[in-house]
Amino acid sequence: MYAQLVKTAGSGVKSREEMSENEQDFQNRVDADQKIEPKDWMPDDYRATLIRQIGQHAHSEIVGQLPEGNWITRAPTLERKAILLAKVQDEAGHGLYLYCAAETLGVTRDELTEELLSGRMKYSSIFNYPTLNWADIGAVGWLVDGAAIMNQVPLQRTSYGPYSRAMIRICKEESFHQRQGYDIMMKMAQGTDAQKKMAQDALNRLWYPSLMMFGPSDKDSVHSAQSLAWKIKIDTNDELRQRFVDQTVPQAKYLGLTIPDENLKWNEERGAHDYSDPNWSEFFDVIKGNGPCNTDRMNTRIKAWEDGAWVREGLMAHADKKAARKQAMTAAE
Amino acid sequence: MSKEWPLWEIFIRGQHGMSHRHVGSLHAPDEEMAIKNARDVYTRRNEGVSIWVVEAKHISASSPEEKGPLYEPSNSKVYRHPTFFDIPEDVGHM
Repeated sequence: MYAQLVKTAGSGVKSREEMSENEQDFQNRVDADQKIEPKDWMPDDYRATLIRQIGQHAHSEIVGQLPEGNWITRAPTLERKAILLAKVQDEAGHGLYLYCAAETLGVTRDELTEELLSGRMKYSSIFNYPTLNWADIGAVGWLVDGAAIMNQVPLQRTSYGPYSRAMIRICKEESFHQRQGYDIMMKMAQGTDAQKKMAQDALNRLWYPSLMMFGPSDKDSVHSAQSLAWKIKIDTNDELRQRFVDQTVPQAKYLGLTIPDENLKWNEERGAHDYSDPNWSEFFDVIKGNGPCNTDRMNTRIKAWEDGAWVREGLMAHADKKAARKQAMTAAE
Repeated sequence: MSKEWPLWEIFIRGQHGMSHRHVGSLHAPDEEMAIKNARDVYTRRNEGVSIWVVEAKHISASSPEEKGPLYEPSNSKVYRHPTFFDIPEDVGHM
């Protein structure tokens, strides 16, 4: 999941009796699967939570370009390079769709950027892990985009119209991402012994960080009931994680790779795989800023924002000048 | 403190002669850059053959509170739909 630890605003789910008339109408519309649109009445806490969630999601798309961008210049062939470039460009586009959706809630783009750069808003913990070699690019596409899709497909049905429409666009484009990753993994897994080892090593390092993408275990996600009631969360973290494990096991088997979990086995009774939880203290530590790449990622974003300032200002000054000239010419006519 | 690039709403006409359709929005300093950015953001997979950009502040919208009175007049006029009229099967397709 791209937005993995969103604190839901408010004091929890209200009963019908506790709701104001507006709140009741709103909840009725959500329950009837009607979309909430920007100008519609909505509870303040719904608005605040959505800004956090969509903002975090957008930031993840943008920061998510960095680990993959790291390998564009070193892709093994020109074709792989062009493909990776297209994928990273898609991620930029996904960030833009999501920022625009968040802006319909009354926050500005600059405010969102500043929240990210000051560290007040987060992005997915997964992007604080490094991509050490080409196999990691395969594993990121396969596992990280796979986990993202698992999360984003249900969000197409989310209650907030602009968010739902952004998710629909994103999901349409996202499956190319996962397939290109799996394609790299197939090549590596069917390659030389050294390539196979690299593929296995990438899976070993990225498996648990990928499981963390779905956020903390349900028993530790105290706020999710309200987000579920508002339909800005459709499934619980553990439900999505389970689905991801069940989907990925046969894919790893096809590659001839071993998922690094001794406890991983099919549970006939549950009709699902048993698996080990990731190390949750590592997860919270990475979120706090202590992952292998947190500082690096933030510094890169801050540098891009500061170095780009003169371009943003220059283009705006040029546009203002052009508009003034046009106005003067119309007045003279 | 620099001012933010204005927001533009983007409309795209697809391949098959349909009307321009709203696809989303983006920020750009002027209309020329808005079209270029829209090309990159909204037509990466041949989604369109024509782009319109409109600065968001120039769009007026109906308000959700007026939804009732605004659309009420059409509710009672079911005869505007072809299915209102029963045409005997013997007449054939109409």
